[in-house]
Amino acid sequence: MLDEKTRERFSEIARRIRFDIIKMTYHAGSGHPGGSLSIADILTVLYFKYLRHKPENPNWEERDIVILSKGHACPALYAVLAEAGYYPREEMWTLRKFGSRLQGHPAKDKGLPGIEVSTGSLGQGLSIAVGAAMAFKYMDNSDRRVYAILGDGEMQEGQIWEAIMAAGHYHLDNLVAIVDNNNLQIDGFVPDVMNIHPLPDKFRSFNWEPIEADGHDLDAIDDAFAKALEIRGKPAALIFHTIKGRGVSYMENEAQWHGKAPNRELALRAVQDLGFPAEALDRDIV
Amino acid sequence: MNIYEEHGWKMEPSRNGFGRALADLAERHPELVVIGADLTESTRASYFSEKFPDRFFNAGIAEQNGVGMAAGFALAGKIAVFSTYGVFAAGRAYDQIRTTVCYSNLNVKIGGAHGGISVGPDGATHQALEEIAAMRVLPRMTLLVPADAEETYKATVAAIEEIEGPVYIRFGRAPVPTITDKDTPFEVGRARLVKDGKDLTIIACGAMVAESILAAEILEKDGISAQILDLHTIKPIDEDAIVKAAQETGAILTVEEHQIHGGMGSAVAEVVVRTNPVPMEFVGVQDRFGESGQPEELLRAFGLDYQSIAQKAKKLLKRKK
Repeated sequence: MLDEKTRERFSEIARRIRFDIIKMTYHAGSGHPGGSLSIADILTVLYFKYLRHKPENPNWEERDIVILSKGHACPALYAVLAEAGYYPREEMWTLRKFGSRLQGHPAKDKGLPGIEVSTGSLGQGLSIAVGAAMAFKYMDNSDRRVYAILGDGEMQEGQIWEAIMAAGHYHLDNLVAIVDNNNLQIDGFVPDVMNIHPLPDKFRSFNWEPIEADGHDLDAIDDAFAKALEIRGKPAALIFHTIKGRGVSYMENEAQWHGKAPNRELALRAVQDLGFPAEALDRDIV
Repeated sequence: MNIYEEHGWKMEPSRNGFGRALADLAERHPELVVIGADLTESTRASYFSEKFPDRFFNAGIAEQNGVGMAAGFALAGKIAVFSTYGVFAAGRAYDQIRTTVCYSNLNVKIGGAHGGISVGPDGATHQALEEIAAMRVLPRMTLLVPADAEETYKATVAAIEEIEGPVYIRFGRAPVPTITDKDTPFEVGRARLVKDGKDLTIIACGAMVAESILAAEILEKDGISAQILDLHTIKPIDEDAIVKAAQETGAILTVEEHQIHGGMGSAVAEVVVRTNPVPMEFVGVQDRFGESGQPEELLRAFGLDYQSIAQKAKKLLKRKK
């Protein structure tokens, strides 16, 4: 549970991240707002409380690693990285533009600080996290942790289950998988397209510790992370129940907002929903 | 005694060179790890895992995750080698090699075992005939196809000690003639001149270099002087050596244990047509799957043996102006 001051601060950060997601995708004219909005609260708690990192020294050798396996949600990651001070805020508005370090999906080679690895082809991030966690645990004897952020739709990829099997097999208690269970994918509801549930039972049977929580309740998110770090001998799966498009009224629970940017009218409505003045949408845009 | 032994060549599978190199490299590189996929003995990763069990990790029969794990180790600052059969590495885990390894430019080395038709009795499912094409089109990938166990040793050492980034090393299962020794030069990106000649150049890779040496001996009897290049590095390709061969001999025959489409021959042709067009022919697998059999009989059946190479060379020379 967070103290009142922290809760208020985190709530403000998450609200700004949501605004940045809308502003970025609106000015890009494309992108994935739905699954970015659903992880804004989770990323806030992770980056501002649990992650051991130094934004001013992004390659710090003792840092924890974050891998956004659901790479299409990068507007949320770019926003939280800017918020944490990894790079200048104004660069956010170059998202998806030619020559930008903020590619349509995270690109390690473009050199944006805080991007550990390229992702976007779904299903690959957890395996990378497993390898890094094994290196830290079995070779470096270090307590560095690895966080992998997965989409629920992404869990239809077979490779995810190979990685889940490996992480359980190797007892990776320095690995935390974060599942953004927003229940939607491009073609509709996840259980209708291809059911992945029950996730807790599945994780448990692969020797993981599943922890379920409301992914928009900052206290619940905080408790879930705190619990995850206590687990020994096996990896933790934080299954966060979230709402795709959370915070923007017309986007919530609508599959169509998976990979589409709002037009001007809708962007302005979203800005209003998030409690920002209309002119903020165009501020600092050149 | 087979033709190779009559020639005085020692026979050894090239995969042995891969295993020996890993075991030696591990002594001087504490950051070297090997990830296997249940084929540890067969890929000869066992030479490493027996000496350094703490640095060998099995991914099980799960190649996509195995490549990802290797990428994770590389992300954590290790030199990660992932080894399995070529069909499973380059085929099954293609997107993982493309997006996770190459796009992120991670220091992952892929040991692609069981390359070529000479895999033998296991048949088409296990005979990798498409990896050269698949791997050479990936940006940032270095692709090595060494000729024998000794050269595979050197290629593996170079992949780990000289190259920062993704490398694919293709080697074979069956014993093949050892045609190089410890002192034979090996430089990544530099084709090795095996034999001088003036009428045509045979550019070969893998076990086909030895086969080409035998072919050149047949041609010699007919008064044809064949130059031979061992093109152990398919990418980055040695343009200078290819241009020089085209200029000096006026005809090029490529020889590989791989599909004729998209492989080493195609890579050579891309250079030749752009720089110094000369007649070319391609010895390789003719757009078909492999099958079970003994390595030598398969080489004959698929037109990859020295006699077939010599015939193709004669056919090529008829087109030479």
